[in-house]
Amino acid sequence: MTISSAGATLSQGPACPIPIDRYPTVTLAHGGGGRLSDTLVRELLLEAYGNDELARLGDGALLDLGSGRLAFSTDSFVVFPHFFPGGDIGSLAVHGTVNDIAMCGATPKVLSIGLILEEGFPMEDLWRVARSIRAAADEADVRIVTGDTKVVDRGKGDGIFINTTGIGVIDDGVDLGAHRISEGDAVLVSGPIGNHGIAILSLREGLEFETPIETDSAPLNALAARLRSDLGDDLHALRDPTRGGVASALNELARASGRGIQIDQSTLPLDAPVQGACEILGLDPLYVANEGKLIAFVAEDRAEEALESLADHPLGQGAAVIGHVTEGPAGRVIQKSSIGGSRVVEMLSGEQLPRIC
Amino acid sequence: MKYVDEYRDEAAATSLLEAIRQRATRRWTLMEICGGQTHTLVKFGIDRMLPDEIELVHGPGCPVCVTPLEMIDRAIAVARRDEVIFTSFGDMLRVPGSDTDLLGVKAQGGDVRIIYSPLDAVTLAKKHPEKEVVFFAVGFETTAPANAMAVWTARREGVENFSMLVSHVLVPPAMEAILADPANRVQGFLAAGHVCAVMGYDEYEPLARKHRTPMVVTGFEPLDLLQGILMTVEMLEEGRFGVENQYARAVTRDGNRSAQKLVDEVFEVSDRKWRGIGEIPGSGFGLRDEYAPWDAMRKFRMEGISADEPEECHAGEVLRGLMKPLDCPAFGTRCTPENPLGAPMVSSEGACAAYFQYGRTG
Repeated sequence: MTISSAGATLSQGPACPIPIDRYPTVTLAHGGGGRLSDTLVRELLLEAYGNDELARLGDGALLDLGSGRLAFSTDSFVVFPHFFPGGDIGSLAVHGTVNDIAMCGATPKVLSIGLILEEGFPMEDLWRVARSIRAAADEADVRIVTGDTKVVDRGKGDGIFINTTGIGVIDDGVDLGAHRISEGDAVLVSGPIGNHGIAILSLREGLEFETPIETDSAPLNALAARLRSDLGDDLHALRDPTRGGVASALNELARASGRGIQIDQSTLPLDAPVQGACEILGLDPLYVANEGKLIAFVAEDRAEEALESLADHPLGQGAAVIGHVTEGPAGRVIQKSSIGGSRVVEMLSGEQLPRIC
Repeated sequence: MKYVDEYRDEAAATSLLEAIRQRATRRWTLMEICGGQTHTLVKFGIDRMLPDEIELVHGPGCPVCVTPLEMIDRAIAVARRDEVIFTSFGDMLRVPGSDTDLLGVKAQGGDVRIIYSPLDAVTLAKKHPEKEVVFFAVGFETTAPANAMAVWTARREGVENFSMLVSHVLVPPAMEAILADPANRVQGFLAAGHVCAVMGYDEYEPLARKHRTPMVVTGFEPLDLLQGILMTVEMLEEGRFGVENQYARAVTRDGNRSAQKLVDEVFEVSDRKWRGIGEIPGSGFGLRDEYAPWDAMRKFRMEGISADEPEECHAGEVLRGLMKPLDCPAFGTRCTPENPLGAPMVSSEGACAAYFQYGRTG
């Protein structure tokens, strides 16, 4: 288990432009609004993820997004460690908000980046995070149009927290959500589940596996757009199963739609290392977080087509139909077990804790 | 996944269920000892797939659940000390003490950490020589070797700022207590496979003979449990008693001798109080005198802390198989995983938590 793979890729980019010998770490003055703040913004942040719009450094961004409906979403990121196999807090912060907007049926257009830095945070790490934000925004095809940076005293933060807020535009006629979920709908997941949570947990707890488990963190807007264009009105709802995992996402949708959802344990896609880690730690992968997977509810007779549409995209590898919507019991998720029994899949209660014997 | 999927196969499960159906000619009440087995039964819906003749009652084999309230209060008292880093497996953190739980102590500024191996606590102690690192050693025979290894290592390496708060319990004395209870309904046992992997099962043989009861050492996967149930039913139907081994891929009659030797070097059998059950003679482990400097009870002088169980919690009846979680008036109302009255609603091996988590609300 190393984080060097992520580090190696990032450090191949240009070197941190703020002279390390002068300011190897973030100081309170970097958030004070004076000359050092200006240096940090211009020489590091704008260098990493700037563009003409951001470089104007106005009090806010002026946007022309057309006259249609907008999707607007915000999310804060406090993940620790900041760098993990397959990603870091910067890419995660972009993906998280981009995905929330994409799940509304919108095309993400612009993002804000709010940084809360702790005094003493290594400048080199900030550079890596900022470069990663840029790479993720480019990949997701969103523009960073406004931002803010604050510094808190040492001991009052955990190195770095990031808030991202995003806006997306919704095409005419697109209507996704729990209200459209109907009896018989097929429930699909876009690939193997649980990778993000297990990647973070194993790094945090120093658990080493033969095969390092990487986060699945990725922007889902292109995948969601493909489903919308291929299925049209027969795509009923999308959800990204992040904290609380697939189980919590399905429970929320079952409640919001007033329907039941039945899933089949044997069809849940799982990578073998994730399954192994879950077996060892006593975790149920249904409750483990994902950052690059979506759940799609589609009309029953379009399930095969939806599956093909997902599987044609790099982020839809391993997609599967995992269940269907039932008339009742309302608000309940039922799982058929691999041996033919059944159980209710509840919302996650507290944190999932490992077993002790 | 290899060595997992084979034991969760639907066709094999169906044929085992059919065999149980054919063999059972009357009602039998079986107890699975281990909370891990309870969870598999409920998670896979096995208890509801069994024929009506077979009733499963859930045993006391959840170490978190049987840890007495006063031991939780002691843990909380020591975790509150400024110089202490308190380490524990995750399950113990939400178990309610008299006025708070360990997570509450953490929220108030106590240094409480979840670890995955007791040796990690010794490493932590070496890293923080200015602190006292205390590990909450809770468990049955299964976890005893790893916990013994931690103390043994600390002694060998002279790590004096490490100590263990020991609340170790043993399965056979608890089975004896259940069988000797005049209210007992249990006719056959699924013995806990992981405990027997360490201890073997020769010590169960006199117990089975004395109470003329069949006991089958059973594993934790769905097919293990179904086969264990079938073997127990066959013994009951044929009027046989004794110990048979379903979990032969992990368990031998003698168990793991080197693990036993280490446990014996560090621990001695002592009387233990069980939550909801009371004191059972010779039912636990305590540290031997040679290891007294690593005994948190003695180091922090906590013998004086004692507490009585809340009356509203029926954990004792649940743990003895006298009450099912759903029969408890507080289940799902005044007692939930977020606001538990007792440990069985908290632990990943607690029967009440299994019923709640897998949606058994009636």
